Amino acid sequence: MIALDPATNRPKFINVRVKRQDGPGQEPYWQLFKIDYEPELNVITILQRIAALSKTSDGKAVTPVVWDCGCLEEVCGSCTMQINGRVRQSCSALVDQLLKDNPDEIVLEPMSKFPVLRDLMVDRKRLFKALEKVKAWVPVDSYYDMGPGERQLRAAQEQNYPLSQCMSCGCCVDSCPQYTKIELQRRSGESDEAFAKREAEAFDKAFIGPHAISQAMLFNNHPTGKAIAGERMEALTGPGGIQACGNAQNCVSVCPKEIPLTTSIARAGRAATVYTIKKWFEK
Amino acid sequence: MSKQRVVVVGGGLAGLASTMKLAELDVEVDLISLTPVKRSHSVCAQGGINSCNDQTRQLGDNEWKHFDDTVYGGDFLNHQPPVKEMAYWAPKVIDLMDRLGVPFNRTGEGFLDRRRFGGTLYKRTAFAGATTGQQLLYALDEQVRRKEAEGKVRKFEFWDFLGPIQDENGRCRGVVAQDMVSMEIRAFPADAVVVATGGCGLVYGRSTMSVFCTGSAASRCFQAGAKYANGEFIQVHPTAIPGSDKLRLMSESARGEGGRVWVPRKPHDTRSPRDIPASDRYYFLEERYPEYGNLVPRDIATREIFDICVNDGLSVDPERMCVYLDLTHIPKAELDRKLGGILEIYEKFQGVDPRFEPMRIFPAVHYSMGGLWADYVKSADGGLEAGAPKNHMTNIQGLYAIGECDYHYHGANRLGANSLLSCIFTGLFTGPSIVNYIESQSGGHADIEPAMLNGAVAKQQERHDGLLKGNPNSDENPYLIHQELGDIMTRAATVVRRNDQLTDAIAKVNELHERAMKVNLSDTGSWSNQNVIFAKSVQDMFPIAKSILGGALNRDECRGAHFKPAFQKPSLTEEAPAARRKQAEQWCDAFEKNNEKYLKSTIAEYDNATMQPKLSYEEVDTSLQPPRPRLYGLVGADIIEEVWKERADAKAKAKKEQLSAT
Repeated sequence: MIALDPATNRPKFINVRVKRQDGPGQEPYWQLFKIDYEPELNVITILQRIAALSKTSDGKAVTPVVWDCGCLEEVCGSCTMQINGRVRQSCSALVDQLLKDNPDEIVLEPMSKFPVLRDLMVDRKRLFKALEKVKAWVPVDSYYDMGPGERQLRAAQEQNYPLSQCMSCGCCVDSCPQYTKIELQRRSGESDEAFAKREAEAFDKAFIGPHAISQAMLFNNHPTGKAIAGERMEALTGPGGIQACGNAQNCVSVCPKEIPLTTSIARAGRAATVYTIKKWFEK
Repeated sequence: MSKQRVVVVGGGLAGLASTMKLAELDVEVDLISLTPVKRSHSVCAQGGINSCNDQTRQLGDNEWKHFDDTVYGGDFLNHQPPVKEMAYWAPKVIDLMDRLGVPFNRTGEGFLDRRRFGGTLYKRTAFAGATTGQQLLYALDEQVRRKEAEGKVRKFEFWDFLGPIQDENGRCRGVVAQDMVSMEIRAFPADAVVVATGGCGLVYGRSTMSVFCTGSAASRCFQAGAKYANGEFIQVHPTAIPGSDKLRLMSESARGEGGRVWVPRKPHDTRSPRDIPASDRYYFLEERYPEYGNLVPRDIATREIFDICVNDGLSVDPERMCVYLDLTHIPKAELDRKLGGILEIYEKFQGVDPRFEPMRIFPAVHYSMGGLWADYVKSADGGLEAGAPKNHMTNIQGLYAIGECDYHYHGANRLGANSLLSCIFTGLFTGPSIVNYIESQSGGHADIEPAMLNGAVAKQQERHDGLLKGNPNSDENPYLIHQELGDIMTRAATVVRRNDQLTDAIAKVNELHERAMKVNLSDTGSWSNQNVIFAKSVQDMFPIAKSILGGALNRDECRGAHFKPAFQKPSLTEEAPAARRKQAEQWCDAFEKNNEKYLKSTIAEYDNATMQPKLSYEEVDTSLQPPRPRLYGLVGADIIEEVWKERADAKAKAKKEQLSAT
């Protein structure tokens, strides 16, 4: 099992250092928490204990650390953060394993490419906006009963299923050198709609990210999804599209679902070349 | 006239299906969810979704048999017309999900592959690896994003539903919700409201459910006057991985694909499971239930696993109760293709590869069969009347409940792979009903008096501010209260229920509720304050917890997931044919008498003044398929079945004669 060997190296306490921030645009600061050691904890349990305790290691009463979580079994993508410098889900970050790598402390920080809302909670709506940009859906006529979809060979299903497991957690973009943080401040008197529009424009110009490229490839490989393949290629060949990828390949190495993101990017690259040449001839 | 507008609360399978269908019907939808909808709890569903299909049809299956398995598995507590409608829609639902791009597993020839699930002898279950819920949810999420891009849907994610807005006639005219980031409380006027907020597993502290499945949204409707039905029917899933933060589901599909449950015959056998020969292994489900084997319905599998550990003392691990769920005899490639997702979960969280070593599992709270009471209109053919405004409307006019948070479909026990079906079905089916309801009303969302909206917001603001102000003389902590509640509920109201324990739990929960109303918060800020949001949801768990306990205490019988050993119907003991036959007759008499008293839905109405639910009972519509004893594994089942059949035939004959006489 993964629990530390009881005789030798079970510590009494776990030191947890958390990078905190009270709100958007504010200065971050660090706090240290001390939690009793128990075997088989994960970072979620640690944060739950901190919330119940609400005291730092030197006994100072503080507010609970704010973070996002959902399923706790690594299928919803909510609880993504940087743990000991590596972006991942906190539910599957097992304390015993973290202590094996670094017995002194566990360091928790928010994701680096999204605006911090508070503490470890960030605003990831840009991830979902990118899915809209590449029209990551099957354009069916209606939701009425029209019989089954097209028959598909097992090989096609086995190619698509891994891509379809993307939970929009954001690990890939957080580790991508080409994906830079966009954090806009609201102007005084700016309406919700005006701010959302300005934000959408900023997202639109910047790199779309590996997850969205992979989703475009998924739907371009679907018998009906193909119908709007050209519109997806238009998005991928425009500003912030596939050409922005610098081929660092960090995305594929941090993806918790081991989605072949670089394969998708390579496919998208080839498709983009074909699309551009074809478009040039059709002018 | 302005367009119709509906607020949908909850963005899991039911909420998303409802949203996209309403948008298709040209209704403007405001979709409110406390998490980005793509992260809703439906992602955790693993095994699959049921329907009869071309293959099973040729083996004698049809929609009626799917209906029958569902009501039999549910111990006949399900209202039958909705179940029938669902079973007949099931093939259509799967066709639609296929068209939407769900990567269902395929056969070599390219058809949808199917597997067997509990409580049926047919391979009805379509699946996408072992992450079927995730894949179905994503397909609907994509369609809702498409409708959002077209301007037909507005999403409000990270918003907490605080309660319905009702006018002086009690009609629901919208909702009040709170932005969980800025803490702004706001009214959302609407012509109708759909609540699709899932189950209440967090009432038990740890369960297989996601952290937001607190039941608080349903509770807020309950406290506003909506009825809550069959609360005591909580499904405890037989196979979960115990954990300190969560009990992680290990899908029934593991058994559907051939997984076998066993314990060493010798208590606490210290040998590694691989070194224990077949003769020393006790495959207790297969031995006790030769027909269904490892695929008995969930309530039965759960009780057997519990029993083997608690009463027989055969737990694999003496420290922590668990049994083996063994897949090691199945080829690795097949496991990867069909069960990859769940095996990865086990490997990631337990550090052991289940392809080579049997998993250690134990039951965990998993699903609420009960939920908000909702109406329906029965059609001439015994299903539901399509488009009838009352379908799925709660007793609050204009407030609809669908998905896990309603109480139809699963009766006293849900069959595996029926929940994804009931969620998508109710979301799609209710669209036209809601539209027709809105058309029948005068005065829409645009005509609501601002004073009504402001009043509703002010009431919630008052509650919020009161919690932030706190109770200077109290040190009650919402997180610790939640733990205490979870412990009480888990001990008294899961697998085995006893009246003394339930009575004791009710007293403790009453006291804890008082304490929960006096919590003091460690965060009193007004920006992304999760502390106050959690405190509210903990307070709102109590009306549900009390309904579960009260319903369980009153129900002196065994039915589905509700198991009281003191009222268990005995196996037959007589050996001689005549005596055995007589005993079977008596058994059937007792069964009929019990049904007269207890084959009823428990209906709770909340009294805010006393902070207690008031219970009453509702007849169950069993007009399509008369109830019959559920006899899985009982000694003497054959003779009881024979007696029962004779009685049923006699009744049917008498009815026929009566009809022809008139």
